[in-house]
Amino acid sequence: MRKAELSMAIIMALFSIYLMWKSTELPIGWIPDEGPGGGAFSFWLSGGMLFCCLAMIIRWWRRTSPPSRSDKPFMDRETFVLFLTVSLSLATMIALIHFVGVYISLPLFLIFYMRYLGSHKWKLIVPMAIFTPIFTFIFFEMALKKTLPKGVTEPLFYPIYDLMY
Amino acid sequence: MEILGHLFDGFLISFEPLNLALVIFGAAIGLFIGAMPGLGSVNGVAILLPMTFLVPPTSAVIFLGAIYYGAMYGGAISSIMLGIPGASTAVATTFDGRPLAMKGEADRALVAAATASFIGGTISVILFTAFAPPLAEVALAFGPPEEFALMMLAFATFIGLGGDDIPKTLFSILIGLVLSAVGLDIVSGEPRLIFMDLPGFMHGINFLVLAIGIYGIGEMLWTVELSKGEVMISQATISVRRVFDSLRELLKTWKTMLMGSFLGYFVGILPAAGATPGSLMAYGFAKTIAKDPDSFGKGNVDGVVAPEAANNAASTGSMLPMLTLGIPGSPTTAILLGGMVIWGLEPGPLLFVEHTEFVWGLIASLYSANLFALLINIAFIPAFIWVLKLPFTVLAPIIFMLCIIGGYVPTLDMHDVWLMLVFGVVGYLMRKLDYPLAPAVLAIVLGPLAERSLRQSLIGSQGDVMIFFERPISGTILIIALLLFVLPAVRVFRQRSHNPNLA
Amino acid sequence: MKIFMTSVLSAVMGALIGLGTIVVSDTSEAAWQPKKPVEFVIMAGKGGGADRLARFIQGIIEKNKLSSKPLVPINKGGGSGAEALQYLKSKKGDNHVIMATLNSYYTTPLRQKGLGVDIGSFTPIARMAEDTFQLWVHVDTGITNVKEYVAAVKKAGKKWKMGGTGKGAEDSLVTAMLEKKFGLGVTYVPYKGGGKVAKELIGKHINSTVNNPSEQVGFWDAGKSRPLASFTPKGKLKGKWGKIPTFEDLGHGADMVYYMQRSVVAPGGMSDDARDFYVDLFEKVYRSEEWQNYLVKKGLIPGWLTGEKLQKYFLEERSKHAKLLSK
Repeated sequence: MRKAELSMAIIMALFSIYLMWKSTELPIGWIPDEGPGGGAFSFWLSGGMLFCCLAMIIRWWRRTSPPSRSDKPFMDRETFVLFLTVSLSLATMIALIHFVGVYISLPLFLIFYMRYLGSHKWKLIVPMAIFTPIFTFIFFEMALKKTLPKGVTEPLFYPIYDLMY
Repeated sequence: MEILGHLFDGFLISFEPLNLALVIFGAAIGLFIGAMPGLGSVNGVAILLPMTFLVPPTSAVIFLGAIYYGAMYGGAISSIMLGIPGASTAVATTFDGRPLAMKGEADRALVAAATASFIGGTISVILFTAFAPPLAEVALAFGPPEEFALMMLAFATFIGLGGDDIPKTLFSILIGLVLSAVGLDIVSGEPRLIFMDLPGFMHGINFLVLAIGIYGIGEMLWTVELSKGEVMISQATISVRRVFDSLRELLKTWKTMLMGSFLGYFVGILPAAGATPGSLMAYGFAKTIAKDPDSFGKGNVDGVVAPEAANNAASTGSMLPMLTLGIPGSPTTAILLGGMVIWGLEPGPLLFVEHTEFVWGLIASLYSANLFALLINIAFIPAFIWVLKLPFTVLAPIIFMLCIIGGYVPTLDMHDVWLMLVFGVVGYLMRKLDYPLAPAVLAIVLGPLAERSLRQSLIGSQGDVMIFFERPISGTILIIALLLFVLPAVRVFRQRSHNPNLA
Repeated sequence: MKIFMTSVLSAVMGALIGLGTIVVSDTSEAAWQPKKPVEFVIMAGKGGGADRLARFIQGIIEKNKLSSKPLVPINKGGGSGAEALQYLKSKKGDNHVIMATLNSYYTTPLRQKGLGVDIGSFTPIARMAEDTFQLWVHVDTGITNVKEYVAAVKKAGKKWKMGGTGKGAEDSLVTAMLEKKFGLGVTYVPYKGGGKVAKELIGKHINSTVNNPSEQVGFWDAGKSRPLASFTPKGKLKGKWGKIPTFEDLGHGADMVYYMQRSVVAPGGMSDDARDFYVDLFEKVYRSEEWQNYLVKKGLIPGWLTGEKLQKYFLEERSKHAKLLSK
């Protein structure tokens, strides 16, 4: 926990510095007759973030904040594996959307999650994997007219569009 | 008396079979759309706008008004059940609604939200009926300095929201404000903070991306960890008796309801402010005046009632500048305004005079929309509770899926989906280290309003800071805000001097 | 359960096979038709003038069923439209994307050289109208003509607040023209959109504006605001808008003219058939009763233009704006 607390504070401090540097693309000072420049708001607030991070590091040093006192591990092995599995499967699904679209990658994610993490029976998984995308299509595309990305599966939908409109 | 006559005519119009059917249908659709994370009243109204060409303008606006109301009710549903605010107006509802649901009292929270919405909606429609034109003048009196003062007041009411770790709370507010600056500098018209020159940052960081990231993905990761796979989200139950019990209990919160309704309505009237600051301020005030402020954030019904009464009242309020001045008080009313133009009506000062039937038909149907939204909402509560009883490993992937679609739909840009995942993962890690994240979400909503009004005021006064104090309205609001900033500090100080062991 | 599953599966299979046959047989159509919903990109954020106009056009198309597939509006207002321009560039050759433009179509690529967007490479579809600007004041100022206005501004100096949208946007260009012509120096306060600017004038938080007619018409009719002069050539505006003097009428020369174009463009490399479809579609919108009424009511100047002529117009306007911006 102590290591995590310190690393997060340092990472966020570095991020604040990056934000401050990025803000200087626009004037950060006080423009006469006009008030603060375009970068001032974000520059000085990022400065404040940096200051907060320093305060956190000091509190870590003096062990005044609860996480810096706790010697429980930040994540035990099991949690870490679970966290990685879920977030990586989410990332994979989002990446897949770019190529094969929502209607392939969402069911794949559902199947993976329910089978691998939930160990549900196929009897439940298969109908879910079929009906969820159908429901998604009816609700978002037909009722709300929000086109979702389809990647290479796009041409398969042309006839459905012809029927719809 | 003339007003009552108009209102009566309005009721006759709103009870025509077609209009009544549209109200019921609209309230139901709105409820459903509002309950989806990522879809709010804006989407509901924008999407169904073309459908309204089939009916006369008065019926069309009644339909859209009902959707608007339904969606405001629905927003509370995903806040309470999933902990994901469906729209910025429903953020404050998560603070106490979510803990209540976790305690297995989702039904209590849902009934409270629906009832408070009804009270807020009804009080605001009465205010609207009685004082529309004079209040339009109030809206006009609000220039940039007043808007800035109001934003400061909103921040002040939220000082006590974070945890005990002051640097982390402050950090959270600041990062939200900085992220809100991404996109375009409105004063110079230059792009700003475009990270890695990705074009997706040009439209700024949408509130929903951060909110769904943190509350949706982050919260789900958190629950995944807690449940290690196979526990239910909450032990929810529902019965007619429990509903009545909750209703009886709600009588005790009447003060909070009234406060939320009035506050929400007045903040809603002001163009640019809208329902979000209104609901936040109502929550903050409810906490400030409560006898047991410490129970807020842990499942206090007052914490659900205040923002819900306020956001519904504000949604009525924001119709006022739209109808009387032709200026939208919220993105949703902007779309409504567009609709009115298509129907051939001219929103503006003359609308009340030239299109009496339209205006009063709308007002009267707001009363009935409120009633039906309440009834439909309560009728559906068992269905919502049933969803909560699904095994977590079935519910979780579906919620993740809704988050992904909800992140994509507002901008139709995959960039936002990736950003949302990053916020979710980082937010989860930060939450494990006791960083309070709600302040960041609020800051990203209020940040642009605060910065813009500050700079507009200063340009107008040629850089003279005194402008905020010289003007009576902004001066008064700023002083109240300052007092609210100081008050919690005094309280903490006094507590510490009483029991020195705490420090 | 098992029987149910089998029947679902076979139903899905059947549907897929059915779809396949339709795909194959669907080639006989002569004129090009969109195959899927068309993305209607809007170069501005939700709720602004450009957005409302685009949604109005979409409404006319839906109402009169002019297109077999719907137009789906998408707001890409980021970076004064830079986001939309880059998006359109990335959609080269796509037949299902079109974009509603305003003057940031020229000014944004001029101001942000790094974008690498050449509007000459896009496919012009149609110019639906030209919007214009008037100089507005609150009735309570007592100012009734340009002469009094100039005197009042000179007296107030920097204290005179002119409201508008962001720097480099149309309002600021028009303000700069005004300042140069009459030797004024005002304080320019930027707001988020034209509607907000109009409201600030009525609330007396600013002293004058250069609003579009549609943004002020409600307040004008209610007797709250007053137009002093139009930034149009003589005789272009009709009806009550024609009664407002132009700067040329007042003897300030013919150069005090500024238009806001309202057009539709498409990505470069769009097929000719698709382009013809969209041109035809927008011509129908243009001729519709709703559109014509809207033009009159909102003080817009009709100006149908398409094809090469429109492209030429865009390029001319771009060089005009390059000059305005360099000042």
